[in-house]
Amino acid sequence: MNGITIALSKGRIFEETLPLLAAAGIEPLENPETSRKLIIATNRADVRVVIVRATDAPTYVQYGAADIGVVGKDVLLEHGGDGLYQPLDLKIAKCRMMVAVPVGFDYENAVRQGARLKIATKYINIAREHFAAKGVHVDLIKLYGSMELAPLAGLADAIVDLVSTGSTLKANNLVAVEHIVDISSRLIVNQAALKLKRETLVPILDAIARVVEA
Amino acid sequence: MNWLLPEYTADALPQEAAQIERLRRAVLDLFRVHGYELVMPPMLEYLDSLLTGSGADLKLRTFKLVDQLSGRTLGVRADITPQVARIDAHLLNRQGVTRLCYCDSVLHTLPASQAASREPIQLGAELYGYVGVEADLEAIRLMAAALAAAGTPASRIDLGHVGVFRALAKAAGLDAESEAVVLQLLQAKDVPSLRERCAGLAEPYRTALVRLPELYGDAAILQIAARDLPALPEITVALETLRQLQLAMPELPLSFDLADLRGYHYHNGVVFAAYYPGFPCAIALGGRYDGAGKAFGRDRPATGFSMDLREVARLAASDRPLGAILAPHAAGNTGLAKLVATLRQQGEVVVEMLPGETRSEGPQCDRQLSECNGQWIIQAITGIDQKNG
Repeated sequence: MNGITIALSKGRIFEETLPLLAAAGIEPLENPETSRKLIIATNRADVRVVIVRATDAPTYVQYGAADIGVVGKDVLLEHGGDGLYQPLDLKIAKCRMMVAVPVGFDYENAVRQGARLKIATKYINIAREHFAAKGVHVDLIKLYGSMELAPLAGLADAIVDLVSTGSTLKANNLVAVEHIVDISSRLIVNQAALKLKRETLVPILDAIARVVEA
Repeated sequence: MNWLLPEYTADALPQEAAQIERLRRAVLDLFRVHGYELVMPPMLEYLDSLLTGSGADLKLRTFKLVDQLSGRTLGVRADITPQVARIDAHLLNRQGVTRLCYCDSVLHTLPASQAASREPIQLGAELYGYVGVEADLEAIRLMAAALAAAGTPASRIDLGHVGVFRALAKAAGLDAESEAVVLQLLQAKDVPSLRERCAGLAEPYRTALVRLPELYGDAAILQIAARDLPALPEITVALETLRQLQLAMPELPLSFDLADLRGYHYHNGVVFAAYYPGFPCAIALGGRYDGAGKAFGRDRPATGFSMDLREVARLAASDRPLGAILAPHAAGNTGLAKLVATLRQQGEVVVEMLPGETRSEGPQCDRQLSECNGQWIIQAITGIDQKNG
């Protein structure tokens, strides 16, 4: 494949990436929300978009099935980022990775006493590293959704999750107690692709960088 | 009984094995005519000598077991380079230049990627005892020639120099922990995080470190780097070395990346990587690692490269083998036996059928020996009989 393949996930990332691609002169010819196609042609014959699940984007780019992609920093941290370049912060899909506990839970004290905490999260690696850095023993419980339920149902003491407005926490009587890392979407590039297809890729990256940094 | 192999291990079946062997011979022959002597270090070594001078990454990737004879911990080699450095430094003890090559299996506890084997066949060449840029030149040229001989000519050979970052890290006063973090960010070209991490550093080093990931591309970036980076002596030397290499090899598809710091703890000069279309990472890697033999008694300049022959064989166009010749069972027929021997001497594959055998299920036969008026002749095989042969 001599052309460029771009891995994008449906929804917020796709919508917010469109103007960036447009700045590089790339316009997808179909909307993934209405089309069921997973490979979408663009106005440029040498550029196509593949629609992947957000968590799969780093994998596609790592193995060269896509040359570049857009992915949340959360997914990237969880994936590890092996074999990927991540040169640009696209400053889209912003939120924060937080530790949250039920209102009234004395988090400060629980951490200080060195007790073992039960943490429910989708982000096992991020949570493990965060608590290891603090020197706190934790038991991690991997969940795939509705994290807020875990402390309420007695499954965990605390959760590690993405918080954007905080309204879901509030509605479930939880409160964010610790900020782990700011999250936004990153442009990722396959390392070999940047070497082999430099002449095509660099102008695209530069055009996107100009919009982001403006 | 389940006959599955452990994960990330595989048999090489006849077609693949033939391809691997063909390329192995082609490349080793190439090394031989360039004066590189073949060595075969052992599969097992005491762990401490095997891991001398290597990073934590290699330690984790090495299978370990306990030696029943000595009680010491043994490692199954995960990389042959340190073994060859040991041979040069400790066993050969030559004063001048030593050229060595090797081709053997290594084992990894963890696959290098989800698509990689845990038993790569490491094929490489190492040049010891020469500190000048001519040695780097020879290593890079030989790598390019080896890939071409294997049928996977590099479409890009990317050069870097770890001295640039080393000088900046020292000048900026990075402690070991910050240096490790910054190194990781540089390798990922993670400019946003790099900017954050370097915020407190002194100028001009802060700007230079943040600029480093963008210093990749054709030869023009060497001039840009000379203009934009602080004129530390190590940086000037590094850029001058890269420029000399670029001028000396106009025939190769060279590019440059000053933030390619793979093997930073091991390498200490020019590093290089070859890329081939359709392969998601470098297909061959190399660089300078002066002083690797120090722990074995002799501090020697060293450079070299290696590749995974399994991957190369998979990517290379397979050479469609010349069809074999099917021969009837000789059964005391000396004329036939003689002819078969002659054909084999000429390099033909002749499959002699056993009594009752009517076709070859192994090598594909496109010709057969048949008797015609008392003469043995070679006839083309036609028809459906041999279509699966």
